[in-house]
Amino acid sequence: MTRVVVDVLLKPEILDPQGQAILGALPALGISGVRSVRQGKHFEVELDGAADSEALDRVRRMAETLLANPVIEEFVVRVESAHAG
Amino acid sequence: MDANQWLDEVLWQGEFVELTAWAEPGRPSDCRRLDAGRRVFDSLASVRPALEVARMSARVGVVTFPGSLDDRDAQRAIRLAGGTPVALWHGDADLGDVQAVVLPGGFSYGDYLRCGAIARFSPVMGAVIDAAAGGLPVLGICNGFQVLCESHLLPGALVRNAGLHFVCRDQGLVVESSRTVWTSAYDEGARIVVPLKSGEGRYVADARTLDALQAEGRVVFRYAEGNPNGSLRDIAGIANEAGTVVGLMPHPEHAVEDLTGPGDEGLGVFVSVLSSLLAVA
Repeated sequence: MTRVVVDVLLKPEILDPQGQAILGALPALGISGVRSVRQGKHFEVELDGAADSEALDRVRRMAETLLANPVIEEFVVRVESAHAG
Repeated sequence: MDANQWLDEVLWQGEFVELTAWAEPGRPSDCRRLDAGRRVFDSLASVRPALEVARMSARVGVVTFPGSLDDRDAQRAIRLAGGTPVALWHGDADLGDVQAVVLPGGFSYGDYLRCGAIARFSPVMGAVIDAAAGGLPVLGICNGFQVLCESHLLPGALVRNAGLHFVCRDQGLVVESSRTVWTSAYDEGARIVVPLKSGEGRYVADARTLDALQAEGRVVFRYAEGNPNGSLRDIAGIANEAGTVVGLMPHPEHAVEDLTGPGDEGLGVFVSVLSSLLAVA
């Protein structure tokens, strides 16, 4: 079984009010030195087989049609782990 | 159609409250309702044929997704405008004989993933996307607008309101275009007030898309007197190139009569589409 991770973030030019709200809450926690926070989504996709190029193509297709909206978001696909099972 | 059939239809449409006001006290409610219905039926004898012709002539589908909230209000608005509302189910890939479709407000599929993202892949949306390509008028209100953008029937996307607050208020709008099938009954530049209630209503698109929408007269509604959610260029609603598919965040179906809304200035949206359907027929 192989786990592939898809991380989805708003494009940099799209206002991220949730990230801004988190940034705004940091001073109350006494945390300083943070310039910006952007909030996104993290998907863990477990494959039946190996993460070969065909399987990764399937995950990319899934990401661009469903997991992310390419109009406002960008995504990164990476293979996280491969182990027997 | 006889009195009983007519009554069944009226009761099904939820108008029995008005009918029971006619009833005499002291009789079992079913009898009272039936008597009252018969009396209304008789009193409308002279205008009923015209009403029936007008109502039978335009059938407008309203899709119910799991989590839709405003489907009944949309049906009611269509009825008040003189059309026949037809309930459509998200799992049904057949639109039947409807001549237009409304995607109502609400939280389809719980707004999971992104607003409208799951609804886009429902069986009914497959049929709507195909039919829209063939010119079927489609209106998306609020969550319906989000579904239209996710379906790529309209460009751009709706994202979290600037400031994060859910906005619920009576909202002034300018009707920027009367050259769509959903706004033909309005004067261009008309100012209307309808409810706005959304947390993810901020319209965004890249600059080139925004320029094109503006140049082609496809910005249909703009927010007046202050931008409630940070929508780019104050955009509240847009249309496709043909002017057959329109999406907007505010709710015209909640402004169709004085009793239940801020006024009736939203009714024109439904009158518009019915007029265009009758003109075609």
